[in-house]
Amino acid sequence: MKFNKSLSASIFAGLLASTSMAAAQDCAEPIKVGVLHSLSGSMAISETTLKDAMLMLVKQQNAAGGLLGCEIEAVVVDPASDWPLFAEKARELLTVSEVDVIFGNWTSVSRKSVLPVIEELNGLLFYPVQYEGEESSRNVFYTGAAPNQQAIPATDYFLEELGVEKFALLGTDYVYPRTTNNILEAYLIDNGIAEEDIFVNYTPFGHSDWATIVADVVALGEDGKQVGVISTINGDANIGFYKELAAAGVSADDIPVVAFSVGEEELSGLDTSNLVGHLAAWNYFQSAESDANTDFIAAWKAFAGEDRVTNDPMEAHYIGFNMWVNAVEAAGTTDVDAVRDAMYGQEFPNLTGGTAVMLPNHHLAKPVLIGEIQADGQFDIISQTEEVPGDAWTDFLPESAVLKSDWQELGCGMYNVETESCVQLTSNY
Amino acid sequence: MPRVLILLALLLGFSPAVQAQELQNLLQTHAEEVAKPGRRTVGTVLDDLASSGIPQVATFLEEWQDKSVWQSPEGLFFIADEDGDSLILTDIDSGVETTAPSDGFTQLKPNGGVRRVIGTALVQFQLMDPDLNRRTTAVASIARRPEASQLSPLLGSIDGEEDSTLKARKIQLANFLSASFAEDTADRIAAINSLSTDVSVEARAVLNQILTTSPALAEELPTDVNIARVLNPGADMSLDAAYELLVADDLAAPRTDADTIKAALASNIINGRVGDVPVAQLGTTANRNRAYAQLAHSGTVPPMVTETDRDAALAKYTFFEIYNEADPAITDAAKAALASVETRVAVGQSADLALDALSLASIYFLAAIGLAITFGVMGVINMAHGEFIMMGAYTGYVVQLFIPSYTLSIIIALPLAFAVTFAAGVAMERLVIRHLYHRPLETLLATFGISIALQQLAKNIFGTQARPLTSPAWLDGAWVFNDVVQISYIRIAIFVLAVIFLFLILFVLKRTRLGLEVRAVTQNPGMAASMGINPDRINMLTFGLGSGIAGIAGVAIGLYAKVTSEMGADYIVQSFMTVVVGGVGNVWGTLAGASLIGFLQKGIEWLNPSNTLAAQTYMILFIILFIQFRPKGIVALKGRAAAD
Amino acid sequence: MNKSFLIRNPSTLWFLLGLSIFTIVVTILSDAGLGIMSTSFVKTLGKTLCLCLIAVAMDVVWGYCGILSLGHFAFFGIGGYAVGMWLMYARTEGIVLDSLATQTIPPTAQEITDAIGNQIFGVVGSSEFPVIWAFSDSLFLQLLMVVLVPGLLALVFGWLAFRSRVTGVYLSILTQAMTLALALYLFQNDSGLRGNNGLSGLQNIPGFEDTPQSTISLAFFYASALAVALGYVLFAWVTSGKMGSVIKAIRDNESRVRFLGYHVESYKLFVFTITAVVAAIAGALYYPQAGIINPAEIAPIASIYLAVWVAIGGRGRLYGAVIGAAFVSLLSSWFTGGGAPAIPLGFYTIQWTDWWLVLLGVSFVAVTLYAPKGIGGLFDYLVRKPS
Repeated sequence: MKFNKSLSASIFAGLLASTSMAAAQDCAEPIKVGVLHSLSGSMAISETTLKDAMLMLVKQQNAAGGLLGCEIEAVVVDPASDWPLFAEKARELLTVSEVDVIFGNWTSVSRKSVLPVIEELNGLLFYPVQYEGEESSRNVFYTGAAPNQQAIPATDYFLEELGVEKFALLGTDYVYPRTTNNILEAYLIDNGIAEEDIFVNYTPFGHSDWATIVADVVALGEDGKQVGVISTINGDANIGFYKELAAAGVSADDIPVVAFSVGEEELSGLDTSNLVGHLAAWNYFQSAESDANTDFIAAWKAFAGEDRVTNDPMEAHYIGFNMWVNAVEAAGTTDVDAVRDAMYGQEFPNLTGGTAVMLPNHHLAKPVLIGEIQADGQFDIISQTEEVPGDAWTDFLPESAVLKSDWQELGCGMYNVETESCVQLTSNY
Repeated sequence: MPRVLILLALLLGFSPAVQAQELQNLLQTHAEEVAKPGRRTVGTVLDDLASSGIPQVATFLEEWQDKSVWQSPEGLFFIADEDGDSLILTDIDSGVETTAPSDGFTQLKPNGGVRRVIGTALVQFQLMDPDLNRRTTAVASIARRPEASQLSPLLGSIDGEEDSTLKARKIQLANFLSASFAEDTADRIAAINSLSTDVSVEARAVLNQILTTSPALAEELPTDVNIARVLNPGADMSLDAAYELLVADDLAAPRTDADTIKAALASNIINGRVGDVPVAQLGTTANRNRAYAQLAHSGTVPPMVTETDRDAALAKYTFFEIYNEADPAITDAAKAALASVETRVAVGQSADLALDALSLASIYFLAAIGLAITFGVMGVINMAHGEFIMMGAYTGYVVQLFIPSYTLSIIIALPLAFAVTFAAGVAMERLVIRHLYHRPLETLLATFGISIALQQLAKNIFGTQARPLTSPAWLDGAWVFNDVVQISYIRIAIFVLAVIFLFLILFVLKRTRLGLEVRAVTQNPGMAASMGINPDRINMLTFGLGSGIAGIAGVAIGLYAKVTSEMGADYIVQSFMTVVVGGVGNVWGTLAGASLIGFLQKGIEWLNPSNTLAAQTYMILFIILFIQFRPKGIVALKGRAAAD
Repeated sequence: MNKSFLIRNPSTLWFLLGLSIFTIVVTILSDAGLGIMSTSFVKTLGKTLCLCLIAVAMDVVWGYCGILSLGHFAFFGIGGYAVGMWLMYARTEGIVLDSLATQTIPPTAQEITDAIGNQIFGVVGSSEFPVIWAFSDSLFLQLLMVVLVPGLLALVFGWLAFRSRVTGVYLSILTQAMTLALALYLFQNDSGLRGNNGLSGLQNIPGFEDTPQSTISLAFFYASALAVALGYVLFAWVTSGKMGSVIKAIRDNESRVRFLGYHVESYKLFVFTITAVVAAIAGALYYPQAGIINPAEIAPIASIYLAVWVAIGGRGRLYGAVIGAAFVSLLSSWFTGGGAPAIPLGFYTIQWTDWWLVLLGVSFVAVTLYAPKGIGGLFDYLVRKPS
């Protein structure tokens, strides 16, 4: 490790020396990359990691010669988990700091807060987190998973591989679980699951009193059908939930739970020995085996510390940033419209093997991974699909099924294929 | 581990010398399926393996299920154990061990569904196994995927069973299987009848499976099928849903919905008109229907199916449900048994709900009891009370960092948490609250300042990520009365802790010198001081006591939920309301307040189980109203002590 | 509000003068003038003015009347929601009508409503218009709601509470419970106000799609300044004269005022309600500048911060509240925005994003203990000294 580090450092230094002359010629100012992640408040724990990841990527790119011969500068601001502040900081980034691109946001509500500003000022945002879909903005590239890249394949896995016949959809009461569960309900009904075999429950953020809900889930098995839980429970609330599951003796063999918001970090808050075999679905796990991933983890640990873990949104930023760099180089400028055109069809190897492709609907094609929780808090990947193209508008809700997003050909993110007209050019916030 | 395996293989009657590569060869014919098995497709492999009679099959299946089988770059299968960068390989036929670097080997990871199917295939090997664990696994596999073919082996294994617990379980399971699969109707009915007192989820599953129905419709009610019930459209099912069934069976034309009409109109515009209606006027439903009717009249589109048409079509048919089980005697018995079970389940569920409510009440009580002392007895508003709870929980976490034994760490953490928060409480009383006894509103603000500072301090020290606080193994799991009524041990422990503190506080306040002095200082500080009591010291100790109890509550709450810097804030408003609703200045009042809030919340949740947030909202609204009409709380003090 | 009233209250005149100068300076520096001040900073100042307005209201109810309400941000939020409903509806209606106009067959009224509902509530997986949106198509009615809903809520809540003689800390906790209940209700997706997402895109004013945000932000800044001026004068009037004396007397000794024959409950109810209405107006001006309103805005902590501002600024003087709100909120955004330099201590570096709340909490304790009159008290001291 040490050897590698010093070796790569010397290579980078050499590269830097060779390109710095070119840089001096046409770069009056560095290319600016805005980083809009909360560094304080409730979301800091998740988002600070992404800020660090961005700093690492920028540093690596500078070491590799910068971009268009210019140095890249990261402009970091702190929207402090305060949703209105996201809009304010985005405006500051675009008008005061005049950044060329923004990488940022985690929660859906913060994205909805930023959208009007980005669209008004024609900025460019890369959004790295799995989300509920049903949105397409001309100025946003969604590098996280859409529901069909996480929720639907996981549900298929339940139906096909685990033979689940009765579903409990448990979620925290906010937009991502609500929309995802709506889509899943429609999908399950399409797949022949009766409406009365779908149990839906919403709890507040940070909920801790899970006894009754777990008892309700166990009682679902009373008609002899295989029960499975699809969990969109967010953050801290998972700890109480899994503790109660373990206390009630619910094993993954009896009632499997698949979670969409539980990663390596969330598991560090509890003892996983009673949870072995429960599942999570992501586009990336740290345990993914590929050379690119090994390098990425090594670089991350060297940059941020030995005990840090990698996660799915970090991979999304990794792909998004590299695609943006390649698109800027292809366009020869950082001009937003030119870069956007150059983004379509960009390909970049993802960390789990295979290649991510940027689609005209501003989503990526990425593989879906399903992992089983292990006793050491890591995930054992037991299923990996081919690349699934992200879908902005779900096919399983009647209002959305007729909508299509295609910014490259149709120039519209909300195109009604039945009436063949563009519903609106701005996004719905 | 491998040595054990060889021993087991020997026990299974296999001698390494004579065996060729039989199992490997058999597996190679299914190599692809073995490497990437699917739940629906793995059956053929398992059937072949089971019927091959190769003695190593059982071991192989166990290892496969355990994710211990690896495939070599050449495609051969081995049982393997990871050892750093290399693998210790065990030949699946001969049991010979070799070592190889792990490059190029892939681990086979059958998913949960496949593992369950493998478990079923293993039943025949494991059911009579001398090892108790194996037999238990086999029985669990039968319970997960009951099949008719398992009935007779299971029955056969009961007599020879030595372990009494497993034997009881086998008998129970055999009973379930008989109810579903026994050849003889009388046997089935007997088994079904015996289930009428069993409230377990499995028993109910068996009965419900027997009683599954399929919807059907006909012009006349048939007499040769086992009819569950007749459905009346409009009452038992909506008219539209019933009509959908007719449409699905091609017995009626589909309803013409608004979208269909709109599409039909859009494709039949002639000279800016549809029929005689100008396009510009098609913005109302009435005009659209009129235009459509004209199109239908001219035969361009199918006629509109109106509600009258629908009702007429429905009148021609009878809708009903048929039992999938053809024998009415069996379904009747199952129905009777289920009815009896469900009464018991309903009783059980009420009991379970009451237990949950009791548990919630004890958590609220534990969180609020410290506050009942500082706020209730001393009249000091301590907004940092929640942060004392948090400090207690973090104390537990830190203790666990140093003491690996969970039991010992909890035993140390409880008094230590008390000590830490006692000290913090005393410090706060000395430095801040002492100066504000005559300005209660400002105590509220100052302690709030301390609260945000402490919360942020905890974030700076421990990070915002939740920290683990793990309960000792003897508090894992739940006390199970039956499948309906159960409660986790950790909640029982919290309940016990709450009761202990209730009596401890009562004892301290009513039966000790300190309590006497506290009450004296509370009622009249000046008079108490003139009697030789030092009010400063009493206030300090009382505040420390209240804070210390909050610390212990923190350990308890951290054990059952989570340890974060914001956990105190989750409880502070609830705690204040518990104290206020119960009646300030009275420990019994706090108990009443906690019980009221706990039971009320569970009650509202029961009425609306899909939305816990709504339950909390309505509960707070109730409390607001309650205080308006009973400002002094449930247990109001009378006389002079009640004065503001 | 006659001439003599203003002359009797010179501090009000000074305040108005200061506010006018401030407004002119901002105009000159903004895009309309020299263009030195960014649009986002104009928005920040406009929002700060709205916070000053609610702080003045809080000062009246707490500093003058002695009711420590920990729920006034609930009214602020209701004001924001009420105006936000119209903004969302009207903006979405424009988009939907444009889109439906391209279809061959004119839409029915039902189709328009469905499409708008689907656009607004699609985010929470619904398309039905809840009952509370009944007036959202009318700006006038929604503006009326800004005043009526918080006014009625305060009236009913206050009437119940004051009638039962709920006072002191009990009332504080009760008001806190009220704002918590409201926040929890709004957090539900079924609340009809888009749950956790709240109402967004509020900075886009329907009918002014082509007006640049720099102009809109300045317009809202003026409106906020005007509202602060009017609110200040209103409250200066309320707290002066005979009525002001009664209100202050209630703060100092409620029972004695009651025994003197005053109907204490009516006075308290009046103060509680009118401050709630002003808080709602402040909210209605604040959220179109912030761009988004969601339930987190009215969590109990927000109302406690409001009390903190007033306490730091100085209770019982209106300008104290203004100073407190402006000072603490701007300082807070300076510290959390990374504006403050980190302090290296050798073994540890103090990052203000991490330590600002600790500092705020501790300084708050210090102010309560050692400077109960707040910054305003200091101000008094400086002004009075020479004379």
